[in-house]
Amino acid sequence: MPILIGLAWLLVCQSAGELLARLLRLPLPGPVIGMLLLLFVLAWPRVREPVAAVADALLAHLSLLFVPVGVGVMTHLALLSQYGMRMLVAIVVSTWIGLAVTALVLRALLRRAPDSA
Amino acid sequence: MQDFVQLWVYLSTTPLFGLTATIVTYVLAQALYQRVGQAPWANPVLWTVLVLAVLLTVSGTPYPRYFSGAQFIHFLLGPAVVALAWPLWQRRGELRRRLGAIMLAGLAGGAAASVSAVALGWALGLPDELLRSLAPKSVTAPVAMGIAEQIGGIPALAAVFAVLTGLIGAVSGKYLFDAIGGLSMQARGFALGTASHGIGAARALQVNPDAGAYAALALGVQVLLASLLMPLVARWF
Repeated sequence: MPILIGLAWLLVCQSAGELLARLLRLPLPGPVIGMLLLLFVLAWPRVREPVAAVADALLAHLSLLFVPVGVGVMTHLALLSQYGMRMLVAIVVSTWIGLAVTALVLRALLRRAPDSA
Repeated sequence: MQDFVQLWVYLSTTPLFGLTATIVTYVLAQALYQRVGQAPWANPVLWTVLVLAVLLTVSGTPYPRYFSGAQFIHFLLGPAVVALAWPLWQRRGELRRRLGAIMLAGLAGGAAASVSAVALGWALGLPDELLRSLAPKSVTAPVAMGIAEQIGGIPALAAVFAVLTGLIGAVSGKYLFDAIGGLSMQARGFALGTASHGIGAARALQVNPDAGAYAALALGVQVLLASLLMPLVARWF
């Protein structure tokens, strides 16, 4: 039952997020607004246990959720084979640059202002 | 034999096929991943996608027929993004104290990934449409599709680039971080979430709870920054 209540909260927040995004023409996707809404809802202690139960279950298998989109890569094999090597170089190198820059900048900033607690 | 063929035709046209194939393959890939001590090369998404793509190609099953079953899993991406609020909420005090550093690192890393991808693609002579689909590649797939549409890219391709980016980060990130050296679990997780969105975050969540929370945070920061800034920046090009 806690899982079901938690799932209901996720879906309610996501639906509210979709509504807000459309009504106010926000540039953010519905689920992201839903995530921000859930952060406020979590201030209410009764919500925490059910949300924790469903969030832990869902996030433990987060990678499974990317499989259907991933398999979709096969529908673009023609384009991929035409520009394949060049696109792969651009994607691989830029991913490494992104990883390195993020990690180094965060390390430098956290080192300069160490956690006071 | 005739019966068997008819039975297969029936099974392969119901949504049950796509759903069963996805979950069974993933469970097997996950078991392999655990057996080899969660080595990055054994990434369960990578192997599940490869096995399913070969399976569909060999059996001549079109992707839309597969997706009619797999969509039930795909749908959960939305609630999963909402669920990221939970690891964030658990570390709210620490995150509030470090908010400035977190936003700055997310902006620097996200911009570096996006600009370098477009610049490299441009230098290598890729057409404009592909460049516009490459720009949002470090944002989680469903959001990357929306951004690509706004800035004149191809949504389906943006999803493909995002998935490839996620896999590359999840598979090779550990080696890159080890080569740089002296990086905390927080910095590693945050970098994975920034440059490799949900697939990188999934890897971080499996390896270490601290890395996982920072990856979840980074994923959210990237979605916020990219959906707000990318359409503005793209207007200049």
